[in-house]
Amino acid sequence: MTTSLPRIGDPMRVPDTATMRDAFIDAAADLLDDDPRVAVVLADISVGHERFAQAAREHPDRVLNVGIREALMVSTAGGLALSGMRPIAHTYAPFLVERAYEQIKLDFEHQGVGGILVSVGASYDWSQGGYTHFSPGDVALFDTMPDWTVHVPGHPKEVGGPLRAAALTDDKVYMRLSTLANAAPHQTTGKLSLIKSGEGPLVVAVGPTLDNVLLATAGMSVTVAYANTVRPFDLEGLRALAHTGEVVLVEPYLEGTSSRLVAEALIDRPHRTLAIGVKRVDLHKYGTPADHDRWHGLDPATISERIAAFSR
Amino acid sequence: MTVTSARFGYDDLRGLITRVVDVKHAPEDSTLDVLWTLYDRVLDVSPDRLDSPDRDRFYLSKGHNPGSFYAVLAAKGYIPDAWLDRAFTAGSRLGGHPDRTLVPGAEISSGSLGHGLPLAVGTALGLRAQGLLKPRIYALLGDAELDEGTNHEAMAYAGATGLDNLTVVVLDNGSASHGWPGGIAARFTAQGWSASEVDGRDHDAIESALRSHNGSAPHAVVAFATSNI
Repeated sequence: MTTSLPRIGDPMRVPDTATMRDAFIDAAADLLDDDPRVAVVLADISVGHERFAQAAREHPDRVLNVGIREALMVSTAGGLALSGMRPIAHTYAPFLVERAYEQIKLDFEHQGVGGILVSVGASYDWSQGGYTHFSPGDVALFDTMPDWTVHVPGHPKEVGGPLRAAALTDDKVYMRLSTLANAAPHQTTGKLSLIKSGEGPLVVAVGPTLDNVLLATAGMSVTVAYANTVRPFDLEGLRALAHTGEVVLVEPYLEGTSSRLVAEALIDRPHRTLAIGVKRVDLHKYGTPADHDRWHGLDPATISERIAAFSR
Repeated sequence: MTVTSARFGYDDLRGLITRVVDVKHAPEDSTLDVLWTLYDRVLDVSPDRLDSPDRDRFYLSKGHNPGSFYAVLAAKGYIPDAWLDRAFTAGSRLGGHPDRTLVPGAEISSGSLGHGLPLAVGTALGLRAQGLLKPRIYALLGDAELDEGTNHEAMAYAGATGLDNLTVVVLDNGSASHGWPGGIAARFTAQGWSASEVDGRDHDAIESALRSHNGSAPHAVVAFATSNI
């Protein structure tokens, strides 16, 4: 466990405005002010953030820190939903999703209620912390359960809108925040955004991978689309853009997580898929997130090589 | 107090259970008196108030051996007793573990041990946050279920924060593989709960223990009920 994130990583990739975590905390605190149904459940992570501390003073019954007890945190969120509240549970991704996986499985859908889960840490944001703090499999785990909406923002400005929209529903929603981010924000429509058009494959960049994908494809005639909502996946958009039947998925979590959806979307057409993402391997390495991008092949050079080989 | 148009009384329960499972199955038998006392004397809820925000909630955390639970729900008019005869079959609303989306009166879906108390903590917090100070949350666990670590997360947190609208009943029929040296009640009181130990067959004693929460701490009732069979 850790209670703070060291300032590490490539500063060129971190916007000098707020981080995604800051954007989340601001939006959640606003929701606490605006909507008496909203409650935030924490497990020590982010508790000391100024805006949350202030919200806890103003709404002591609705900002709930259960201590370092992630399973309890998730079940508490389910129990809040059973009472009619709209819970937002938040902590580090591996502890929120992997440690408390059965709580997520049984204490929302199986109870007939919803909730909002918001993680930080992503696949290797705190690379110096090592594998214990990595959660490359989180989105794949949500794929084992019915009807979760999954947002993978690529910029701090892509956080608040989906969070506010989620608070208005009773849906089951996961938001995967990262310290890795693109230089510019994009729309949060739930649909694929067309970034550039070309004659080659459709390259779908998910969340913070977009800038690396754009660098990787700078000299290529390919179509690049951007996704910051991956569940439900925009299958219609994919069909409309996959002119050649060749699709490259670039995901910042476990490689191939969305391949089955590409196959589903294009079932009536000949198609080929290249999946690029985090490998199924425990590297036992530290370093920077950029190092891990390179080791997993999510750096611009490797993405470029793999797309070129795939297109031949 | 509960007001129902019950068609069955306590003496009918074993007959109702037999329509679901073998009543001689010990865990069914040992839970029966606590369940009956809760629904007959303590819980402020009725079949026509299942959506009332002000109702008491009962979370059957140990969803195993639900025959006695279904029998009590049928006796108190939450479900038709005819459902008991088709339990576990295709299309039945009654299965080996209760599903709240299928069973009127079942406040949670349970079966995997260690979920009911943490869920109850969340609901207790949610009712408090909504200013609903009258209803109480009751969660029933088994002594073996207490093995699950999630219960201990919940016990520590509820005690530390004085979650006073929460009552846990631990039905102790001596099933925990490694026992609880020093007793179960002591584990709650050490974490700031009030606790009572009671004969799990004595309805008056169970009722008294369930009502003995002190208004400033969560309350635990340890009911000893080895099977009569």
